[in-house]
This record gives sequence, structure tokens and C-alpha cells, in this order.
Amino acid sequence: MSVMNRVFWIVLIVAGLIAPHFVYPVFAMKLLCFALFACAFNLLLGYAGLLSFGHAAFFGGAAYITGHAVKVWGLSPLPGILVGTLFAMVLGAIFGSLAIRRQGIYFAMITLALAQIIFFLALKLPFTGGENGLQGVPRGTLLGVVDLSDPIAMYYVVFAIFMIGFLIIYRTVHSPFGQILTAIRENEPRARSLGYDVERFKLIAFTISAALAGTAGATKALVFQFASLTDVHWQMSGEVVLMTLLGGMGTLFGPVAGAVTIVTLQNELAGFGSWVQVAIGSIFVVCVLLFRRGFVGELARRLGAKSA
Amino acid sequence: MSLNAILAQTMLGLSQGVFYAMLSLGLAIIFGLLNVINFAHGALYMLGAFVALIGYSYLGPWLGQPDWHMGFWTALVVAPLLVGGLGMLIERFLLRRLYDFDHIYGLLLTFGIALILQGLFANYFNISGTPYPGQPESLSGIVNLGFMYFPKYRLFAILLSIVVCFATWFVIERTSLGAVLRAGVENPKLVEAFGINVPRMVTLTFGFGVALAALAGVLAAPIYSVSPLMGADLIITVFAVVVIGGMGSILGAIVTGLMLGLVQGLTQALYPPAANTVIFFIMVVVLLIRPAGLFGKVV
Repeated sequence: MSVMNRVFWIVLIVAGLIAPHFVYPVFAMKLLCFALFACAFNLLLGYAGLLSFGHAAFFGGAAYITGHAVKVWGLSPLPGILVGTLFAMVLGAIFGSLAIRRQGIYFAMITLALAQIIFFLALKLPFTGGENGLQGVPRGTLLGVVDLSDPIAMYYVVFAIFMIGFLIIYRTVHSPFGQILTAIRENEPRARSLGYDVERFKLIAFTISAALAGTAGATKALVFQFASLTDVHWQMSGEVVLMTLLGGMGTLFGPVAGAVTIVTLQNELAGFGSWVQVAIGSIFVVCVLLFRRGFVGELARRLGAKSA
Repeated sequence: MSLNAILAQTMLGLSQGVFYAMLSLGLAIIFGLLNVINFAHGALYMLGAFVALIGYSYLGPWLGQPDWHMGFWTALVVAPLLVGGLGMLIERFLLRRLYDFDHIYGLLLTFGIALILQGLFANYFNISGTPYPGQPESLSGIVNLGFMYFPKYRLFAILLSIVVCFATWFVIERTSLGAVLRAGVENPKLVEAFGINVPRMVTLTFGFGVALAALAGVLAAPIYSVSPLMGADLIITVFAVVVIGGMGSILGAIVTGLMLGLVQGLTQALYPPAANTVIFFIMVVVLLIRPAGLFGKVV
């Protein structure tokens, strides 16, 4: 592990532990949810080289399912999040098996179109609350003991979920499976000629990525106590691409940095209406033209580290 | 359901299908030469509609001439030129820097541009839409088609779009200009060696594809209300159309667009709740049985 990565780990854990005492806890939880979402997305884009433009379906879809499970079925928080995650996983397996039939730009368009089906379902199905979204989701109590309506208690639960998700991604990337994904990204025909079942690896990566994006969305539904159409909109799929790109795709910590930057920016510009969108679009353009490595990728290059 | 009602829905479907056809045609032309999917295509379609709206309702008052309007026919020419020009600037100064990198960067760049355009207009115009009052007198009213009464304007929009689509097809597939273009798709280096300025050809092609989107936008203005989001909602459906058709063929893009418009129209008649999503489900079926798309070349 490089020195840079060691510093990142320490910063991440220390900042994560003390954050709610310095910033508004709900904001800190929002950062963590989007950071996990971006990390899950990065597993697919950064390591397998697959650009999905439909990840909002998993994030938002899980938010609706968890919201419904907790509010109507009366599940407690952790099983609720689990149900949302499972839903995203199954949906990911279905979407993934369709999308991997085409490559490159088509892959992006297919995922976008499939996600649009989920958007229309969220708009039309009776349980979703249509334009108003699914409101009044209770946070409940953790294992029947800890009352999660206390923001600090909720924060540490979210932080724990984030860390578990992050470690799963870390383990996946630094495993033989992760190595093969990188090989597919770098040279697909070669990976195939070495005897790897490329489709199966892509599908598994897609499914893991979708499931963790679902965990992020499910957790967000509990934090904010609602699920809304914003969560399943294509713009959300675009935002997670930007977070990953800005932070540095294919780096472990980049998506966290990207998510923190974008969410903070949205928070600061919240009073300026659609100018937020103009700002996000402009960052996209600048990033693609001048800054394709992202924060962490650029930092790693300057420090001469081999991998971040 | 009576035959007449089905025919009526077919006409309505067709009037939607021509927009799919024009947009997917533009996307296919651009993709053929640049290997870039233009995510901003929907935003540029929206821009075309806004050029017509601003020209008619706002430009006169801004210039201190409250009684002056830029008419529909003028807009039909001005909007494609203006927006096509903007497209050429985008290609020349932004997209061109990315040709040496992975194609997904082109997609991401144009996505950013789409957000910027959409955000800018959303700041100044009503999200839920502004009606375009400039529909010419000569195209108002209805015509009797024998099986139904159909708005004259919609009939005009269908006919003009089909003429434009097939004229484009003719130029690309049947003229020497088109031959150069097709050669540029196959082997740009060789075409360059024949003394043809390929980068300029790419810029002009991008401009033309974008101009088609703007033309569609102007045509849409009197039918749908002009809104900053009108292109965003449409473009995702058009992407599905492109996946279904495959981008290998110009004629394929046109035919698929028209056909899916018809299917959507019929679904609206037979089972309205599915009308918004039927095209996406068709995409799923096509991916399962013919992954390369209906007109795509299997690689």
C-alpha cells in the first residue's frame, strides 16, 4: 500500500468519525450516501471500464423499495436496507445481462433506456406517491435498542454501512476477480483469448455495483425519510458519473472526493435555481477536456505513485 | 375498436414518429463519421424550438419593435442555421480535442453541454412550457383524410419531415458528395490523401446533424409547448430507437423512427398506461433476439 493510500485511509476514517461534531449530521450522512453510490459506480466504470448511464435506477429503485418496506411492511431499518439492496441486485442482474450484449456507447444508451422504465414505474405505480414521492418513512430503532431519530446515532449507523460497502469494494478490486476486470477493461479480446468468460465477469461486476448503489439509495431513504423521483431520474445517473470522473475513475478514494465536492457544491448553490445545473454541466465539460484523471488520479501522477 | 379509430391513432403515432426519425437520423449521421453519440441532441432540438419562440414573441420587444415577429417560415430556415452553426463551434473547439481518447468522453462532453443549455433556459423560461403562437394562418384548421379529420399543421409536419429525411438519405447514398462522406466513414486517411479536407467535412457533418435536430424543434414548437425540458425527455426515447434500429444504416434510422412512432400511437389507443414505456420494452426484446439491432451489422 502506497504512502498516499495510507494517508487517505487515515483521513477517511478520522474524518468519518469526527464529522458529525463539525458539520450538520444530515449533511454528513448525505455525503456518505453519495460517496458510497459513487464508489459502487466506480467499481463498474473505473475497474471494468463499463459506462452505465442508468445507475439511478438502482439507487432510487432501492430507495423506494426500502421506504415502502419500512413504512408499510414495518420492517426495522437493517432488514429494510437489505431488502432494498437485494432488489437493486436482482434488477442489476437483469439490466446487466441485457446491457452487456452491446459494447461501448451502446452500453451507455441501453442502461439509460432501461433506467427510464424504472423512472416511469416510480411515476405511475400506486405505492410510490407519484410526483410527491414516498414520504414519511420512519427511521425506526436499530436492533430494537438504539433510537435512530437521534441524528448522531443515525450518523454512525450510516458511517458503518459506508465503511462495510467501501471495504467490499476494496476487497473486490484487490482480488483475482478485480485483476481480471482490469484486464477486460484494458484489452477485452486478450482477456477472452486467455480463456476468461468476459460476459460473466462483466455481469458479476454490474450486479455488485448495482447492489451497492442500492445500499446507498436505501440508506439515503432512511436518512431523509423519503424517496423521490429525483433519485431515479437520469440526471442522478449523470451526477454519479461526474462524481466518479471528477474524483478520479479507477482510483479507490477518488469517487469519495468527487462526491464530497459535488454534494457540497449543490448545497452551496441550492438557492440559485437552475444555475446548479449549469455549474454541473460546466464542470463536466472542463473535466472531460482538461482533467480526465480527476483529483486523486492527478495527485497520484504528481506523486509518482503507481496506483492509488 | 373500430378501424377508423386505429387509423386515427396511426396518424397521431406517425406525427410523433417523424420526430424520432429526424433525431435518430441526425444521431446516426454524426455517429457514422465521428463515432460520437451526441447527448446534446435533445438540448439542440429544444434550442431550435426556442429560436422560433424567441424570434416570434420576444425578439421584437427586446429590439424596441413590439409589433415585429419572426415568422414561422423564417424560423424554419434561421433556427437550423443558427443551431447548426453552434453545433459546428462545439465540434471544432470542444469535441475535436477528444477524438484521440475513448469514445465515452465525447458522450460525457455532450452530456455536460446538454445540462448547460437546459439549465440556462430553465432559468429564464417556464419549465412546464410556453405555447408558440406563430403557427402560420395557412396551416391552421383541419383537413379531411377520408377516415378522420386531421390538423393541417400536423399533416404538414409529417410531410415535410419525411421529405427532409429522404432527401438526406438520397444525398448520402446516391450522390458523389455522399460517396465522399461514406468513404470518410470507412477510411478517413485515404480520403484525406485524395485532397479532401476531412476535418472540415466532419465539422460540416456535425453541423448538419444538429441542424436536423433544430429543424425538428421548430416543427415541434406549434404542436407541443416549448419547454427547457422538451429535448431531455425525448432524447432518451430516441436513444432506445437508435439501439433498436442500430446505427449502421441511414435508411434504418428513418424507418425505425417512423415505425416506433406508429407502435407508440397504437399502444396509446390499445393500452394507454404502456405508451410511455413500450419503446423501451421493444428495445429489451430486440436486445434479446437480435442484439446488433434491426438494421445493425453483426460484427
